[in-house]
Amino acid sequence: MTSDAALLDYLLRLADNGLVLAQRLGEWVGKGPVIEEDIASTNVGLDLLGQARLWYAYAGEVEARIKGTGRDEDVFAFRRDAHEFRNLLLVEQPNGHYGDTIARGFLFDQWHVLLLRALAGSTDDRVAAIAAKAAKEATYHAERSADWVVRLGDGTGLSHERMQQAIDGLWMYTGEMFAVDAGEEALAAAGIAADARALKDPWDAAVGAVLAEATLERPADGWMQSGGRTGRHSEHLGHLLATMQFLPRAYPDAKW
Amino acid sequence: MSKEWPLWEVFIRSQHGLAHKHAGSLHAADAEMAIRNARDVYTRRNEGVSIWVVRSSDVVASSPGDREALFDPAQSKVYRHPTFFPMPPEVKNI
Amino acid sequence: MYAQMVDTGLRKLRDAAELSPEERAFQARIDADVKVEPKDWMPEAYRRTLVRQIQQHAHSEIVGMLPEGNWVTRAPSLKRKAILMAKIQDEGGHGLYLYSAAETLGVSRDDLIADLHAGKVKYSSIFNYPTLNWADIGAIGWLVDGAAIMNQIPLCRCSYGPYARAMVRICKEESFHQRQGFDIMIAMAQGTAEQKAMAQDALDRWWWPSLMMFGPPDADSVHSAQSMQWKVKLLSNDELRQRFVDQTVPQAEYLGLAVPDADLKWNAERGHYDFGAIDWSEFHAVLKGNGPCNRDRLRTRVKAWEDGEWVREAAVAHADKRAARAARAA
Repeated sequence: MTSDAALLDYLLRLADNGLVLAQRLGEWVGKGPVIEEDIASTNVGLDLLGQARLWYAYAGEVEARIKGTGRDEDVFAFRRDAHEFRNLLLVEQPNGHYGDTIARGFLFDQWHVLLLRALAGSTDDRVAAIAAKAAKEATYHAERSADWVVRLGDGTGLSHERMQQAIDGLWMYTGEMFAVDAGEEALAAAGIAADARALKDPWDAAVGAVLAEATLERPADGWMQSGGRTGRHSEHLGHLLATMQFLPRAYPDAKW
Repeated sequence: MSKEWPLWEVFIRSQHGLAHKHAGSLHAADAEMAIRNARDVYTRRNEGVSIWVVRSSDVVASSPGDREALFDPAQSKVYRHPTFFPMPPEVKNI
Repeated sequence: MYAQMVDTGLRKLRDAAELSPEERAFQARIDADVKVEPKDWMPEAYRRTLVRQIQQHAHSEIVGMLPEGNWVTRAPSLKRKAILMAKIQDEGGHGLYLYSAAETLGVSRDDLIADLHAGKVKYSSIFNYPTLNWADIGAIGWLVDGAAIMNQIPLCRCSYGPYARAMVRICKEESFHQRQGFDIMIAMAQGTAEQKAMAQDALDRWWWPSLMMFGPPDADSVHSAQSMQWKVKLLSNDELRQRFVDQTVPQAEYLGLAVPDADLKWNAERGHYDFGAIDWSEFHAVLKGNGPCNRDRLRTRVKAWEDGEWVREAAVAHADKRAARAARAA
């Protein structure tokens, strides 16, 4: 794989994470537990969507370097099938109850902020610039979701139980965040990508501290699901895309 | 029904070096959450760089019944305003 | 409008001689455009009318998130998705500002929400219509927000300070809502034949309900006169409706869409458009709960509230624990 081909794949991983999670948060619009929370959660969705658009734009440029022409953000978002999506399995998991949504956000945010901070030092200027902007947003997301994990974990008996189940249920999707394939390894060696393996210890420490404050138990690292970043997804992604892509697919000639 | 989250008054300082100004109110379980909610509710359009929150129940306000006693006396002290002192037109920079 | 047919609790307008000295002084201050503030003395009927009006307005914002939310996950481009999310989020904010204004009158937000869920108070009839195709999102911005803005701008001058201030903030934020709607309509009307058909279909379905948003004709509006005297309503229903028609018809012409009214024509003598009779039986049926979506909208709101109860409770429990820990540490 040429380094640009690897970079394209890497950028789509970053972009797809943002888009898919933003799409999930979009399902909550108007249905949050309290108005303030509805507004706050939509802010996170908007940040992630904005980040995805920046990554797609750069991905399109990199693709143009390879092929002469590159796709735009909407072609990436609306004209690829599930097996072409490169997001983590974690972010495509259904919203569940509010605790499930918070837990999913928390596990992702803690990783995302570490990743983006590392990428802010990328040798690729474009990657570094997008990551630096996104890292500020992700820092807030991580604080917010951690705060909610603590509130719900150390809230009522019921909320504690629900939060523990949410964390337990999603834990098997966290391993994928720290796996590195050959393409990513080469990019990391060139200083373009971050070495995800190096994020594991700080992530463990940060997640462990929040879970402890939340009086929640950290699940053991058992069997981990993987495949999202090579296009093998859970059944959920197909349905998410069917909804999201309906209009551009049904009216391929339309401009919206 | 669960206990309602208390009401908070939100004050925002904008970027231009002005004082904190009342922006509105919101509900939050505690002060920390109130700050976060204020950030999300009242600074979506770059409105501020600093936030204060105060429990609404802690705000002490002057009473409308005292309006005349409190504020009318200031009306007769026009000499506090620069326009009270007409300057000759040929005098500049004052 | 967002608050339609607000009951003032008074059957007729009283003249100055019938008012108590306090009421007379109160009315004199309103006539002099002095704002009423939360701690000021106010007639009980004024307070109750405002609570009803502001909460109807607030509920409308919150319920109004649902018909648009119906298309967030299906927005056809990332740009449209981002704009729509931001717009719906604004509406949540507007609901919040308005509930806060109502709370200055001594009611709690949770109680107001409970009244909505119990079906005791209304929200605008317009949100009981479905969003069936993407152009509906354009039509809502263009027509529904357009109608709302028309009513809300004068309310920035209303007599109750906290309500007026909330309206100032809302109007400032809303200015992009109508434009983004019209921008969608332009793309649809100038798009493929299928898109143009969606745009026409949306206008066909939203036109009459938008005209109904302004409320019944002035002749049938029993409470308007009192509300206008109190300056919690600044312009009459028919006046606003006429302005809306005059403003909107040329915009529809620009889009190349047909307004679904055979009687619509320019009246040079009046300097206004004449338009056809509104089917008020439909308006009253929708207000009574028989619109296409009344049950779904309320059910969705109630479910969101009930599903969120454990979250709100946990937050209070945690805040109490934190406070107790801080007290022990001190």
